[in-house]
Amino acid sequence: MLRYSLKRFIQMAVVLVIYATLVWFIFYAMPGDVTMKFIGNPKIKPEAIQKMRVQFGLDKPVYIQYALFMKSLFTGNLGISFNHYPRTVWSIIAERWPRTVTLFLTAIVLYYAVGFYLGKVIAWRRGGVADYTATVGGIMLWTVFTPWWCLLLIWFFAFKLDWFPLGQFVTPKVWMLAPVGSNFVFTRMLATGLFGPLAILVGWWGLRKVVHDSRTRKWLNWGVTAGILAISLLVWANSGLGKYALDILWHMGVPLIALLTIGFAGSMLLMRDSMLETINEDYILTARAKGLPERVIRDHHAARTALLPVATSFVLAIAFALNGAVIIESVFSWPGIGRTLVNAVATQDYPLAVGAYTFLGLFALIAHFAADILYAVLDPRISYKRGEGA
Amino acid sequence: MWKVRVKLTAKSLRANWGMFAHSKLGPIGLFLIVFFLLFGLVHPLYLVYRGSDKIYDPVVGFAYDLLPEGNPHPPTLSHPLGTDILGRDILGQLMHSTAKAFMLGLIAAGFGVLISTLVGSIAAYFGGFIDSVFMRLADVVMLFPLIAFLVALSAAIEITLFKLAIILAILMGFGGTTIILKSQALTVKVKPFIEAARVSGGGHFRIILSHIIPNVLPLSFLYMMFGVTTAIFSEAILSYLGFLNVRMSLGIMIYTANDSGYLIGSRLGTYWYLWLPPGLIISLLCAGFYFVGRGLDEVVNPRLRER
Repeated sequence: MLRYSLKRFIQMAVVLVIYATLVWFIFYAMPGDVTMKFIGNPKIKPEAIQKMRVQFGLDKPVYIQYALFMKSLFTGNLGISFNHYPRTVWSIIAERWPRTVTLFLTAIVLYYAVGFYLGKVIAWRRGGVADYTATVGGIMLWTVFTPWWCLLLIWFFAFKLDWFPLGQFVTPKVWMLAPVGSNFVFTRMLATGLFGPLAILVGWWGLRKVVHDSRTRKWLNWGVTAGILAISLLVWANSGLGKYALDILWHMGVPLIALLTIGFAGSMLLMRDSMLETINEDYILTARAKGLPERVIRDHHAARTALLPVATSFVLAIAFALNGAVIIESVFSWPGIGRTLVNAVATQDYPLAVGAYTFLGLFALIAHFAADILYAVLDPRISYKRGEGA
Repeated sequence: MWKVRVKLTAKSLRANWGMFAHSKLGPIGLFLIVFFLLFGLVHPLYLVYRGSDKIYDPVVGFAYDLLPEGNPHPPTLSHPLGTDILGRDILGQLMHSTAKAFMLGLIAAGFGVLISTLVGSIAAYFGGFIDSVFMRLADVVMLFPLIAFLVALSAAIEITLFKLAIILAILMGFGGTTIILKSQALTVKVKPFIEAARVSGGGHFRIILSHIIPNVLPLSFLYMMFGVTTAIFSEAILSYLGFLNVRMSLGIMIYTANDSGYLIGSRLGTYWYLWLPPGLIISLLCAGFYFVGRGLDEVVNPRLRER
C-alpha cells in the first residue's frame, strides 16, 4: 500500500506539472499579452505599458516566463489578482472555497443518500412501474439543461411560493451588524458538518465494540446520534451566530433543491446497475435458499456489495462538483469558486484564473487518489501490493 | 450465400430490437430524437411558407409586423411562440438552432467515437508502450472537468460551433471512452479467431480493422449516444455563459434574454416564451440521446440482462 501510494504521488506530481503547463499556455502564451487591453486607451502612454511589461516580466523570452511561473507555483505563490488588487490569489481562493464546499458537499451527500436508497429499491423491482418512473424521471432531470431548470425552480420556489430568497448567499440587512465575516460562519458550519457525523460514526463504532446485543445497540446508536446533534445545536444557539448560519442555510435552499433533483439520478442509476449485477451472484441465491426475508437479502446481502462503485463515484463526484459549480453558482449568484473562475476568465483576470484552475486541478488529483485508496480499503479483492494491479 | 447472410442479419436485428424495446427507454429516446430531427429539418420549409426573409430570418430578422407593440412580443398568430428582445421570430430560431445542435452533437460524438475506437483497438492490440501512453493520456483528460476546461479555453481562442465540435471530439476521443473501448477490444483480442487470422497471415492493421473494430463497434455506438448528450449540453452551457462565438443557438437564446435582464424575479413568469421553449428542447434532446444510450446498454451489456 505504501509503495503504491508513493508511486501514485510521483504520478500525481507529473500530472500536476502537465496540467499547470497546459493552463499556463492557455492563458499566457496566446498572441499578445495582458497589457494589450490598455493599448487602445489614450490615457495610458506607451512608456507606461512598456514599464508594465517589464514589471510583469513579459519582456523576457517565453521559456524564462514559464520557468518563473513554475518556480512561483512550487513555492506556493499564485500571484496577485488584477481585479481585486492588491489581494493575493490565495486569499481569494481561501475566501471562496469554503462557500463552494459547504453548498456542494451538502448537496452531494444528500443526493447520494437519495440515489442509493432509490437505486436499491428500483433494482429489486426491475421492470415495475416504480423502476420506469424513477429511471425515466431521473434521466430527464439528469440531462436537463441546468440553468433552465434552476430558473424554473427559482421562479417556483422564490417567486411563486416566496419561500426562499432570490440569488446571493446572505441577506445584507441581517449581516449589517454582524460581529464576524460570513467566512467565519461558513468555516464553522463546515466544521460542524464534518466533525458531527464523524463523532457519530466514532460513537457507533465504539458501541459496536462494547455492546454486543444488537437490539440494545440500535437504541444506543440512536441515543448517540441524538446527543451529538443536540450538543451541536446547543453550541450554535449559544454562540450568537445561530441566526447568521440560519440565514446562509435559507439562501442555500433553492440551490440545494436544484442540485438534489439534478444529481440524484446519477447515483441512482449507478446503484441500480450495480445491484442488478449483484443480484445475479450465487450467494444471493444461497441467501434465498436459506429462506431469509427479501428485505434482509436486499439490504444486508445485495446492497452492501453493490455499494462499492457508488462509494468510489462519491469521491469522484466531489472532484467533479466544479463542473456543476461553474454553472450553478453563475445562475444563483453564489459567490464560490466556480463563479470566481467564470468571472476571472470573462474579465481577463489571468493570475486569478490560472491560480484557481491550478488549485482545482490539485484538488481533483487528490480526490482521484482518495477514490483509489477508498476502493482498495472497501473491496478486499483489490490489492495494491507489489507486482499486482497498477 | 448472401440470402443466408441477409436472413441472419435480419434475425439478429429483430432479436436486438426486442431487447432494445423491452427496456422501453430506447423507443422513448428514439421518438424524441426523430421528432426533433424533423423539427430541425422543417426550418427551410417554415421560411418558405412564411415568405418574408426580412421578418423570419433566425439571426437578422425583425418582426416589422409587430412594430407598434414593440419586442419582445408574446405569441401571436404570425409568430406562434412570440418574438425575442431583438424582434426575431422564436419558433424559427428554435428550428434553426435544433438543426445546428444535431449537427454539433453528431459531428463531435461521431469523430470522438471514431478516435476512441481506433485508439482503444490499437492500444489493446499492440499493448506495451503504446497502450500505457494512451491510457495515461486518458487519465489526464478524464481528470479535468469538461465545462471548466472549455471556459478556460475560450479565453485563449475564439470558439465557433465547428471548433467546439472538434475540441469536444478530441477531448471525448482521448478521454474515458477510450479506456472502456480498450477493455472491450482486449476481450476480443484473446478470442481464437484473432489467432486464426494471424496464423493465416493477416497483417496487424487488417486484423484491427476487420476483426477487432467490428466487435467493438456496438459499444462505440452506445458511447456515441452519451457523447451527443455531452456535446449538446456543453454547447448550451457555454453559450449560456457567453463564452462561445456563435450567432444563434439554443443556449444563446437564453443567454440573450438573461443578459438583458428579462429573467429576473417576476419577469420569469411574464417572459416565459423567451426561456422556456429553448431550455425544454435542449433538455429533451439530451434526454432523448441518453435514453437511446441506456436502451442500447441493455442490448450490448450482458451484465445487465435478466437471468
